[in-house]
Parts: sequence; structure tokens; C-alpha cells
Amino acid sequence: MAFELPELPYAYNALEPIISKKTLEFHHDKHHAAYVNNLNNLIKGTEFENADIIDIIMKSDGGIFNNAAQVWNHTFYFDQFDKDSSKEPNGQLAEAIDASFGSFDEFKEKFTTAAKTLFGSGWAWLVKKTNGSLDIVQTSNAANPLTEGLIPILTCDVWEHAYYLDYQNKRPDYIASFWDIINWDIVSGRY
Amino acid sequence: MAFQLPDLNYDYNALEPYIDAQTMEIHYTKHHGGYTSKLNDAIKDSELENKTIEDILKDVSKYSAGVRNNGGGFYNHKLFWDIMSGSGGGQPSGDLLETINKDFGSFDKLKEKFNTTAATRFGSGWAWLINQNGKLVVASTPNQDNPLMDVAEVKGTPILGLDVWEHAYYLKYQNRRPEYIDAFWNVIDWDQVAKRFV
Repeated sequence: MAFELPELPYAYNALEPIISKKTLEFHHDKHHAAYVNNLNNLIKGTEFENADIIDIIMKSDGGIFNNAAQVWNHTFYFDQFDKDSSKEPNGQLAEAIDASFGSFDEFKEKFTTAAKTLFGSGWAWLVKKTNGSLDIVQTSNAANPLTEGLIPILTCDVWEHAYYLDYQNKRPDYIASFWDIINWDIVSGRY
Repeated sequence: MAFQLPDLNYDYNALEPYIDAQTMEIHYTKHHGGYTSKLNDAIKDSELENKTIEDILKDVSKYSAGVRNNGGGFYNHKLFWDIMSGSGGGQPSGDLLETINKDFGSFDKLKEKFNTTAATRFGSGWAWLINQNGKLVVASTPNQDNPLMDVAEVKGTPILGLDVWEHAYYLKYQNRRPEYIDAFWNVIDWDQVAKRFV
């Protein structure tokens, strides 16, 4: 059964001015869609044809891995936004952030540094370890923390296509604005 | 002595319509400028301050990630600007064309191989035409690596390079990297490429 491109859970202009309608149109309709199409073409006739997406990410490599992970990463990324939501985490996630990083501000600072300094294309992640504590990791290109046994909670796409139309070379400005569109109800629920 | 951002030998709009003026200006002043100043930060007060960029790159595995990433970015962008021109395009000639015919079959075959290599580099990186002691090969590198580096999978002297980081084409071509790669052939200055083929 072929994978389908999930619809964006909000309007294309819902995240303006932080992420423009034009960026979301390309990012979702072209980049995310291409990963879905490529994946469907690549898994035809392979052991992965009927596998679920996590299974493919855990077991594949090369082009199949790159496209499967990018399908998952983008769905996870788009799902976590909503401009009108609460601006801070709540419940157990808020407690775990304090326990692991000292405070929400210290967490933000560490996550921002990780997103700024990932060289080339990739992702910055807040992840949950098996013991329930939190950590921040960077991955290159399509790589996903699931293969390291870490559970993703929040992610920032720092491929240039995620911000270049709106911020050009100013990746730090994109990351600084990113905090204003996070839907912390959804992110807290992932913990 | 600190490295300097090399001059661009043409105006920002010289490569239009293939590469737009806004992309050229940001790419040169911000990206290439950024690599240059970060390279200087990375080598400050070290023995590397007295080396050429080529000498640094050939032993780059000994140095920090900052030297590798920014040294590569400094070198790669200079090569990229130098092998393009508003009066570029057409075909190579002389020794270079003969060697292309010998090693790839024809100029069209080289283009096909180079285009596929540039299109399929996943993430950020570069596609290269590389001189290996008189033999030409095509390969790509991730991020700001290049064939001069001891860490490169395919080593040699790059004589032609195409930047396939999204910043090189996103303002004009967005997700359509193959269109950007096709357009590149219209601005290649083959005299400059031939000069590097020695």
C-alpha cells in the first residue's frame, strides 16, 4: 500500500509572518510530496513494500532510508506548529525540561545552539531517552534519532529550503522565530 | 596572514537569467564572506595562518571541523565564481575536449554524468570535474568538502565545480535543482576551466 502525503493541519498562511505561505507551499507540496513519491517508487517490489514507516526507517539504508526518514521528519515537523497555542510546555514535559536542562530558557538556548551549528542540511531534535530524561541532538540530512533508540519530541528543520525564501542566510533569525509557532500542547503530548 | 574574500570578477547581475543578481549578492557577500571570516577565526594564532589554502586542505583531517568546513567553503566558492562568466557557455576545446572525449566518450556524455551526479547528491554539497594526473573523473562531495581534501572519497584537482547547496539556487529555482543544473552550462567559462587543466 502506497504512502500518502498528509495534509497540513492548518492553512498555508497560518504561520505567517514567521513561516510564509510561499515557503509552506514549496516545503509541503513539493519537498514533502517528493519524498513520499520517491519512497513509494523505491519500495515497489522490495521487502519494504508493505512495511510501516518506522519499520522502514529502522531497517533500510541509502535512498529508501533517506526518503522514508524525510517523509516521517516532515510530518513530525509540520504537526507541531500552531501560532495561537500556549508559548511554553506543560505537564510532565515541562517538569522533564527543568530536570534535564535547569529551566525552559536554558533548554531553548541549548536547542538554538544545536540548530544554528548543524553544518549543511539536517535537523535539531529534542529527544527522550529510555530513562525518561531529555537530550538535544543534531542529525545530518535525513537522519532520525529513532535509529539511536531516542524518541523525538520536537524538531527544527535546518535544511535551507525550510527558511531560505523568508530568511536567506540568516538561519539564526529563523530559529529565534521558530519558538513563537510551536504548539506546546501537541509537543507536550509526545513526551 | 588572514585570508581575504577574493574579488568577484563580474557584476552580481552578470549571470542573469541563469543565476539571478540577488542570489549572487547574498551568496558572495554573506555565504562566501561568512566562510572567509570563520576560516580566519578557526586558524587564528595557529601554524595554519602561514599556510596556503591548498596546503591546509590536503591535510584537513588533522584539523578542526571549523577548518574543514570553512576552509572548504572559502576555496570552493572562489573556484565556482572563477569558472563562470556572463559570456560563458558553449563547449571546451583543445586538450581539455580531447581528454573529455577520451574519458567520457563525448562532451554530451560528460554533461549527462555531471548532471546526474549533481542532481543526486543528497543534502548539501558540490559536484566536480576532477583532474587525476591527466585523467578526468566526475564525483560529488558532501557539505563543503572537496577533492583536494585527504578526507575525500575521490581525490584530485577540481577544475570545474557546481554548488548544489540549496542557498545556491533556492531563491530562483526553489525545489527544482535539475533546472538550475541545466542552466549552469550556459555560464561556464571554458577558458578558465582549461587553465586549471594542466
